[in-house]
Amino acid sequence: MRTFEYLKPTSVKEALELLDQYGEKAKLIAGGTDVMVQWKKRILSPDYLISLRNVPELHVIDYDADLKIGAGTTHRALELSPIIQEHFPVILDAVSNLGSVQVRCSATMGGNICNAAPSADTAPPLLVLDTEVHAVSSKGERSIPISEFFGGPSRTVLEHGEIVTHFQIPRPSPNTGMAYWKLTRRAAMDLPILGVAVLLSFQEPDAVTCNKARIGLGVAAPTPMRAKKAEAFLEGKVIDEKVLAEAGAMAVEEASPRTSIRGSKWYRESLIPVLVRRTGLRCQQRVKGAAA
Amino acid sequence: MTQSIQFTVNGDLVQVDVQPHWTLLRVLRDVLELNGVKQGCGEGECGACTVLVNGAPINSCIYPILEAEGKEILTIEGLLGKDNSLHPLQQAFLKKAGVQCGFCTPGMIMSAKALLDANPNPSEDEIRHAIAGNMCRCTGYVQIVESIQHAAELKSKQSE
Repeated sequence: MRTFEYLKPTSVKEALELLDQYGEKAKLIAGGTDVMVQWKKRILSPDYLISLRNVPELHVIDYDADLKIGAGTTHRALELSPIIQEHFPVILDAVSNLGSVQVRCSATMGGNICNAAPSADTAPPLLVLDTEVHAVSSKGERSIPISEFFGGPSRTVLEHGEIVTHFQIPRPSPNTGMAYWKLTRRAAMDLPILGVAVLLSFQEPDAVTCNKARIGLGVAAPTPMRAKKAEAFLEGKVIDEKVLAEAGAMAVEEASPRTSIRGSKWYRESLIPVLVRRTGLRCQQRVKGAAA
Repeated sequence: MTQSIQFTVNGDLVQVDVQPHWTLLRVLRDVLELNGVKQGCGEGECGACTVLVNGAPINSCIYPILEAEGKEILTIEGLLGKDNSLHPLQQAFLKKAGVQCGFCTPGMIMSAKALLDANPNPSEDEIRHAIAGNMCRCTGYVQIVESIQHAAELKSKQSE
């Protein structure tokens, strides 16, 4: 009979011990919305599943000097969090249309990021927020900038024996607008054809001159990516539609989208400038709206 | 590798022998014979298998059974009153023709239950957001939304 042993540690320490004990025969499972489906489809057949669902220290949303999101935090918990609603609209944009309520009640941010799909909805927001991914193993802890975390489609730089514990996000400076635009055929239960996150910080509440820009793209390359040349171009500029469209055109040069079942290469290339412009304008409006 | 676990289903504590790779859906249907919950896609896409775990809607077809240990599960069967009276959501789905073939209905109603428990007076947008993960292939969504709106009215009258 094809089955597995299902282990339920209640601390990170215990989970690490199990990972070390069972080595490559073990696979971590959080909400299971990817892992259980992959098991059913025989893509994965681990002898041991180590569940992270019962590890309380992974379930935190804490906003102090930084924002700390535990890897086991569900998308639903983020969607309903006043901290996320008030201070991190780019995360709210992503989690409120990820899967369905049912999926969001199980699926976790750690799972979404570690599954490392090019289409992961939470990846572009974490990219524009300069997130540090904290991982721990029995050998120690390390933190990895999210821009260096993805190694390829469904691949991360994590080694076996490492567990992502939390995401650390610096507090945004005043007059910062942030937004995520998910291009899909329907609002729920769909993966993005393209995902664009933009973060713009302005010198003044009137949202005229940009002093920091971040652009995160999903499904635009083998991994979620930043469009760094386009970001540098925007910094110091007076932000308007034309400037944002120029930045979008630069972002296309940095991207390398492919043709897939959801959209073709030319369509994605055509839409990147459109969505960079629209999402940038939304950031600007959010700063003005907050000042008004 | 049979394991024995306990959890609560519709208010009753049950003890079942399970295999670790079984899903909650399988145990509800094949062991506990609660056949109101449906298997649709089996991949967490369609919502036919929606039940509430500690009040939160989840797709039971991809929910590992061992995670149910110690939890409170509510299925469509648990909505019936002690005197076999229908829940306001069930009454409303009948009254407003929210049921066509009926296959999506138990999951749809459980998603609506989770919504109304948190938000007794939802807007149409909030209803559509809450049931976005429940596919109705008869595509009777308009009547389903009306049914949930009607259920909210019935519930508010009940509590007056």
